[in-house]
Amino acid sequence: MTNAILTGLMLGGMYALIAMGLTLQYGVARIMNLSYGEFLIAAAFASHWLFTGWAVSPFVGLVLIVPAAFLLNFAIYKLLLTPLVRRAPNRDALEVDSILATFGLTFVIQGSMVALFGGAYYSYSFLAFPVQFLGETVAANRLAALGITILLGLALYLALTRTRAGTAVRAVAVDPFAAQLVAINVSQASALTFALGGALVAAAGVLVSTFLTFSASSGVVFTMKALIVVVMGGVGNMLGCLVAGLALGLSEALVASYVDPGLTLAVNFALFLAVLLVKPAGLFGRATR
Amino acid sequence: MTTFLTRRAALFAAATCAATLGLAAIAQAQTSIKIGYAISRTGPNTGGAAVTTIPNYELWVKEVNAAGGIKLGDKRVPIEVVQYDDRSNAEEAVRALERLINQDKVDFILPPWGTGLNLAVGPTLNREGYPHLAATAVTDRAPELAKRWPNSFWLLGTSADSAKTLVELLSKLRDEKKIGDTVAMVSIADGFGIDLSSAARPALTNAKFKLAYDKSYPIGTQDLAPIINEVKALNPDVFIAFSYPPDTLALTEQSRITGFNPKIFYTGVGTAFPLYRQKFGKNTEGVMGIGGWSGDSPAIKDYLARHKASAANGAEPDRWASAVTYASLQMLQQAIERVGKIDRAAVIKDLQTGSFDTVIGKVKLENNMPTRYWWVGQWQDGEFYGIAPAKNEGARTAIVPKPAWVAP
Repeated sequence: MTNAILTGLMLGGMYALIAMGLTLQYGVARIMNLSYGEFLIAAAFASHWLFTGWAVSPFVGLVLIVPAAFLLNFAIYKLLLTPLVRRAPNRDALEVDSILATFGLTFVIQGSMVALFGGAYYSYSFLAFPVQFLGETVAANRLAALGITILLGLALYLALTRTRAGTAVRAVAVDPFAAQLVAINVSQASALTFALGGALVAAAGVLVSTFLTFSASSGVVFTMKALIVVVMGGVGNMLGCLVAGLALGLSEALVASYVDPGLTLAVNFALFLAVLLVKPAGLFGRATR
Repeated sequence: MTTFLTRRAALFAAATCAATLGLAAIAQAQTSIKIGYAISRTGPNTGGAAVTTIPNYELWVKEVNAAGGIKLGDKRVPIEVVQYDDRSNAEEAVRALERLINQDKVDFILPPWGTGLNLAVGPTLNREGYPHLAATAVTDRAPELAKRWPNSFWLLGTSADSAKTLVELLSKLRDEKKIGDTVAMVSIADGFGIDLSSAARPALTNAKFKLAYDKSYPIGTQDLAPIINEVKALNPDVFIAFSYPPDTLALTEQSRITGFNPKIFYTGVGTAFPLYRQKFGKNTEGVMGIGGWSGDSPAIKDYLARHKASAANGAEPDRWASAVTYASLQMLQQAIERVGKIDRAAVIKDLQTGSFDTVIGKVKLENNMPTRYWWVGQWQDGEFYGIAPAKNEGARTAIVPKPAWVAP
């Protein structure tokens, strides 16, 4: 039982980590980023390249790749998405526009990755040894990823609830027009939040690449998973993201261990549907805006 | 800006240009052989196509052209390639093929990667009379398809045959008292896994093996730890996974980490990939998987060296369908050269009846299918050797039990 729960927590932590960036980008900047998974894979490739080509540990890789991703995403928001934001008469229109724009971006990123790395599967071994944890044997890389996820989640939670900038971001998430009235620079806050989301997905990409096999075309799987977690947890809610991610991971591990591994997907979607039936805005979402 | 051309003159000029181009095309017809293919450069099939198919197509074209081209009668003509991305999508693959046939007017077509896409393009290639050398398709319907589409050649065999060979090997090892009779089997809930597991299930029970665990998991499962944990608790003698490359790697990794080391450890597609050895190094020793090749044969060694020299980053071929794919191209070339002209019907006839010298040895097809395949391979000393069927030339003896996992 401990084993199944531990496996579930590690998997759930990974889902939460993957989804954290999207909940910021979608919940605050209101960009429905369909190329989200591609950014994750791009970070995984960067980490792979640093590790196999230059023997740079993925932990050091995090320090290099995450800030780079922050700057890149900031630039993408400023250059590619700001015109959409200006043009959109309301938030719903922006959502539709951003879906189309980032859908196009998906092909650009995927195409570049295929050109650079080819279509083959990539995988490398880092911290791939067993460790004893709570009396169970687990893979060190997955445990490390869980640890970093918890740290990142905690840091982000504190930053959003305890700092001035975090309060501004939350205000934008709730009502961007009212936020302007209290002298919050909405466009700046959105740009920074989008970039922060990009930095988080890069962190997820680096950590995931230490234990999952990936290829240039596997981004869409992660976009899907992140989307489910974000919607289930309540758009823009960090805590909801964490809870939803863990719930999915735990249910998957418990079902795989005690019922049948073939049913994990079905249970995932059943859980997703059940949550949406009871709380249409997600676990921690506000029903109305 | 004004122009001196009237509209009529412009039309005339354009028509003249078009006519000249057309004449040029006719004049060129005999100076090259146009070979087209649509392959998965994007989408879920990309991983397989990039390892097994694309490098071989490129290697072959490069080598043939370096040698002056394909011999037609008494002269050699170079290959000209037209290629598209099928985006791992059946409709797109068929559309691309129709374009290759009707617009690009290619002389021959190379098949896409994977069972699904090969089945999808079968009817089109049959209707248009192009030879279809399916080198990366495993399907139980192969004999039936070969009858229905006499232009199609199914070079990788049937999943029933694959499962049967694996169970024969296990029975033999049990008779030699090297293994017991408990088996744990997992399979991916997708074409390959369903086919293989439903062929292996009756074969195992008929051979009186005890199936202690028999479950499938959905495609895209990101954590296979629960499966390995449960299987480990059952302590089977034999572990069989009919898996796809990402799961093959994940199952092996998880087994190593939890110290699950059965006497026979067999995984599916991806075990024969160079990536597998790159990732697991010494830990590959004794791992069995689907496929294999005659690793000691000079032709294979030479092919491996040429592949490494030609592919980007010195990539190696996989140890199963890569060599078969390359052999299928050699067969096509030899058939065209024997016919001596672009006569697709005659080439198909020659493929059906002729015998061919290839990197995997002499090939002669019976009912459009080869007579021997490698079904079980095993990593031994850093090379993935074919071990079953044992009657195949170059078959190695299996290392059983599998050595313990070592720290990387």
